[in-house]
Amino acid sequence: MKKIEAIIQPFKLDEVKEALKGIGIDGMTISEVRGHGRQKGHKEVYRGQEYNVDLLPKVKLEMVVASSRCEEVLKALTAAARTGKIGDGKIFVYEVEEAIRIRNDDRGESAL
Amino acid sequence: MLRLRFVCLFTLLSPAPALMAQTVPELQAKMAALESATRSAQSAGDNAWMLMSAALVLMMTGPGLALFYGGLVRRKNVLGTMMQSFILMAVVTVIWAVVGYSLAFGGSSWFLGDFRFAFLNGVGSAPNADYAGTIPHQTFMVYQLMFAIITPALISGAFAERMKFSAMLLFTVLWSLMVYFPMAHMVWGKGGLLNAFLGGAIPCLDFAGGTVVHITSGVSALVCALYLGKRLGYPQPSMKPHNLVISFVGACLLWVGWFGFNAGSALAASGLATSAFVATHFGAAAATIGWLAVEWIDNGKPSVLGGLSGCVAGLVAITPASGFVKPFPALAIGLAAGVVCYFMVTRVKRFFGYDDSLDAFGVHGAGGTLGAILTGVFATSAVNDALKDASGRVLPLGLVDGKASQVLNQMVGCAIAWGLATVGTLVILKVCDMAIGLRVSKEQEFEGLDVAQHGEEGYIFES
Repeated sequence: MKKIEAIIQPFKLDEVKEALKGIGIDGMTISEVRGHGRQKGHKEVYRGQEYNVDLLPKVKLEMVVASSRCEEVLKALTAAARTGKIGDGKIFVYEVEEAIRIRNDDRGESAL
Repeated sequence: MLRLRFVCLFTLLSPAPALMAQTVPELQAKMAALESATRSAQSAGDNAWMLMSAALVLMMTGPGLALFYGGLVRRKNVLGTMMQSFILMAVVTVIWAVVGYSLAFGGSSWFLGDFRFAFLNGVGSAPNADYAGTIPHQTFMVYQLMFAIITPALISGAFAERMKFSAMLLFTVLWSLMVYFPMAHMVWGKGGLLNAFLGGAIPCLDFAGGTVVHITSGVSALVCALYLGKRLGYPQPSMKPHNLVISFVGACLLWVGWFGFNAGSALAASGLATSAFVATHFGAAAATIGWLAVEWIDNGKPSVLGGLSGCVAGLVAITPASGFVKPFPALAIGLAAGVVCYFMVTRVKRFFGYDDSLDAFGVHGAGGTLGAILTGVFATSAVNDALKDASGRVLPLGLVDGKASQVLNQMVGCAIAWGLATVGTLVILKVCDMAIGLRVSKEQEFEGLDVAQHGEEGYIFES
């Protein structure tokens, strides 16, 4: 099993969800986060007082998939989340040891 | 004229023998009844407008100013900041009833009233002809109370996010007694030193409170900001306004409430009230445009907070002038206020480095002073003919009427307001500092006034 963690532009969330649904992935956890990589922030000015806002709003998706499907999911995800500009985000893939469905003790890929 | 018409009408309608039968005393009685009906009709109209105006001015403090200031602070201080306005609606009311109204409007000395109206003794439904002959004395009293409430509330913009609630209470009680009541008496009280219409030695024109309200509060705000020092870490980390949406609502309520403040200061539902209403609105409009225009040029973007700040600056500056100037000078005063106050809060504040957190000085102190001086320039007897000599001849008011010396009088009025506010505030701060201490502890300031001072949070979304 693999865990896919993707940090994407918030406005791309709906497209990404649709794309994943299209290939049969409908389980995921998302959180609203703030961060930045190479993307520069913007300037805000309140009555002449300037603030540089460099931590920008992002959405983090986390999902665990069967190893055999990982490549397919990554392709769908990157295609849907890409604008081609700085700030599109990053994806990290991890090895997962175990998965347990709390409701009925299912283990491994059948718990996904 | 009315009498003549009445008699003519009577003569035309009545058959001659009946007229003959009318005795002189009967006619006189009818005339008296008619006069009394006219008086009570005027009183009803004036009183309706003045009660409405009093309510509008209270609405400026809560929720107007409370929302405007509340949105400009950080989230952890929203309730504490709103409370600093709201509590004055209660506290100042009690002081006003006990002694405040009397100290401002009793007696006829230069600097301060007396105790003749203490505990509102003798303040009833009969008009007080010295101030407003067509409305109940009580209406005048409660209308003036609303001004006494908002003035100290304006100062809270300077010590926002760091003053103890207890210290703020003591400060505003003493400030009302030592700064506001004397200043209100000097400018508006009978025989006051600066009262242009009721025998002042230095006639200063202040229709609705440029010196009394805005200079005193704005200059005191500067003294508070300097005495208390900066907020922890000012200007970094981020001290961004936490909710400009509520500030927007607050500023719009201030704009509307200001019609009660300025047009109500005519103390009657008169043509003068209309004139002041128009001038007020025009001043606010021009100042909004003025601020936004310089900000757009200077900074590249016209901000919403800039527009709101501009409208308040214009309302402040037009306040002393509102009952004395024509619509186009009102536009000019507003435009000047928008531009000047923009540079006050962006350049002057940064240059000197004081933390006037919500720009009470930059907007009210600077805008009030500018407006008071420009009142001396643009005031004209064509708008307000209340100033007359002994023979009843209307006297010129400002520079545009050819009375250049009025500008000097206005400057003297400003200087007295600046002096009283500076010295009074400094002394009161020292007293409060020694008695209970002014600032919250560092830990409390970090935690925020809402939890530290009031045991509450402004926003709880999970419950």
